[in-house]
Amino acid sequence: MSRVRTPVVARWFDGEGDGFRLLGTRCASCAAVFFPREDGFCRNPGCAGGELVEVALSRRGRVWSYTDGRYRPPAPYVSDPELPWEPYTLIAVELAAERMVVLGQAAPGVTVADLEVGMEVEVVPGVLDEDPGEPSTTWTTWHWRPVGVGA
Amino acid sequence: MDDVALAAGGGGGMSGDVAVLGAGMHPWGKWGRGFVEYGTVAARAALADAGVDWRDVTSVVGADTVRGGYPGYVAGATFAKALGWQGARVASVYAACASGAQAIATARAQLLAGLADVVLVVGADAAPKGFFRPAGGDRPDDPDWLRFRVLGATNPTYFALYARRRMAVHGDTLEDFAHVKVKNAALGALNPHARYRKPVTADEVAASAVVADPLRLLDICATSDGAAALVLSTLEFARRHGASTPVRIRAVSTVTPTYPNTVLDLPDIATDSSAAVPPADRTFRESVAHAAYEEAGIGPDDLSVAEVYDLSTALELQWYEDLGLCGEGEGAKLLREGTTAPGGRIPVNTSGGLASFGEAVPAQAIAQVCELTWQLRGTAGTRQIEGARVGITANQGLFGHGSSVVAVR
Ligand SMILES: [Zn+2]
Repeated sequence: MSRVRTPVVARWFDGEGDGFRLLGTRCASCAAVFFPREDGFCRNPGCAGGELVEVALSRRGRVWSYTDGRYRPPAPYVSDPELPWEPYTLIAVELAAERMVVLGQAAPGVTVADLEVGMEVEVVPGVLDEDPGEPSTTWTTWHWRPVGVGA
Repeated sequence: MDDVALAAGGGGGMSGDVAVLGAGMHPWGKWGRGFVEYGTVAARAALADAGVDWRDVTSVVGADTVRGGYPGYVAGATFAKALGWQGARVASVYAACASGAQAIATARAQLLAGLADVVLVVGADAAPKGFFRPAGGDRPDDPDWLRFRVLGATNPTYFALYARRRMAVHGDTLEDFAHVKVKNAALGALNPHARYRKPVTADEVAASAVVADPLRLLDICATSDGAAALVLSTLEFARRHGASTPVRIRAVSTVTPTYPNTVLDLPDIATDSSAAVPPADRTFRESVAHAAYEEAGIGPDDLSVAEVYDLSTALELQWYEDLGLCGEGEGAKLLREGTTAPGGRIPVNTSGGLASFGEAVPAQAIAQVCELTWQLRGTAGTRQIEGARVGITANQGLFGHGSSVVAVR
């Protein structure tokens, strides 16, 4: 049985291990940065518009806030209704260079008890869910993980 | 008569006023019937309150619901048909949670432009069970679809992020959040239109299940069925109709954010970047209230009552600051001092708020104005705030919809 690894959204992230990064775009005219990426037009109202160039976002940032989901979210979130619901943790991370906040799920095993506002976290590759079809698909995503915590 | 004093701060003043002739609601709850029925009940109540014959209404504006199929997308026409076609001009508007305010704004613009002299505004919803969810199908270009698919980020998780941030930055406590619920539930218990009409204790909040840390079930508003309607008219029509001192809508703010939007708003996965362009002086929510104050020519000190969108208990405290009732980070202090409770300087959510109603999306911003109307008329019964003269509503809809209405008498 073959297994295909597919990003849950194309071109939002790329790379392996320490080289894993979120991908945004930067306007070549005004230097505005966008995540999720803008590939059509610059959204800075004071910019006449420039070429939008792919750019890797900072790997590390600081926790702006965090929470968890104690109840099963509705579709299109994928979860097995046969299994008991396992809460997941969400972290909003402030990236200093980009001056923006980016949401993401925490790496597996990281709970709200492990987190504090201001704590340093880094982006790591993760798995969102597995689709058992043939060929089976592993939907990949990004996770935030406190710096200094092993995989 | 005292309008001159109220307009002393400048701004739009009386020339921009429209009259509120009637207000009506269908009680909030889970009734198991359709939004058309709820809306028609509210519309008939508002018309009766106004003493206006439906056939004399020259325009009807509906706030859309996205949960009722096609009739919900053309809500204005749906309500007009249910009341009996009589040829009125029609409009239907959608702006998520701010839909009701946009319906009021549309009606007001028609009245001030002389396109209509009496307008019926209606919003109604029949809510689903559980979490609000995105429309069906695979739509990777829709942020609302993406936040569920990629993050499983329900509305309460966003409310929880804001709440945790307040705890870390301003020192708000879970007890402060529970205090908001206790205050609003006590007021909701006095409101026959509210869905939840029992006082709630801080212990009951603390004992309810955590939905999204740090918020519990009783910190977060439910989804409800309900409907609200207003009959608005020109001041000239009101005079001819015998309403010499009606409640007047003096401002309707429907502003959008300014790039870069620095607050993580539903349903976004990230804020805008401030790397290339510095953020504006005011956050989006602050700008919503600011625009209303400017248009009305008043400031926070002029307010008697406020209805704010307490999707969560913590969010009510945020609105205190965004409305300028206190400085940044002082929302919990204002609450603890009793300033926003009955008897305080500026009672907030005298209706009981979303805490007591649950959210009926297109009806909610209209319901806020119904409460202002009753407070300013002095007919709010046991929850009446003595001598209420000026009120404001505040609300924010997904995808960049601010709304705030100022009413005076
Ligand atoms: Zn640009």
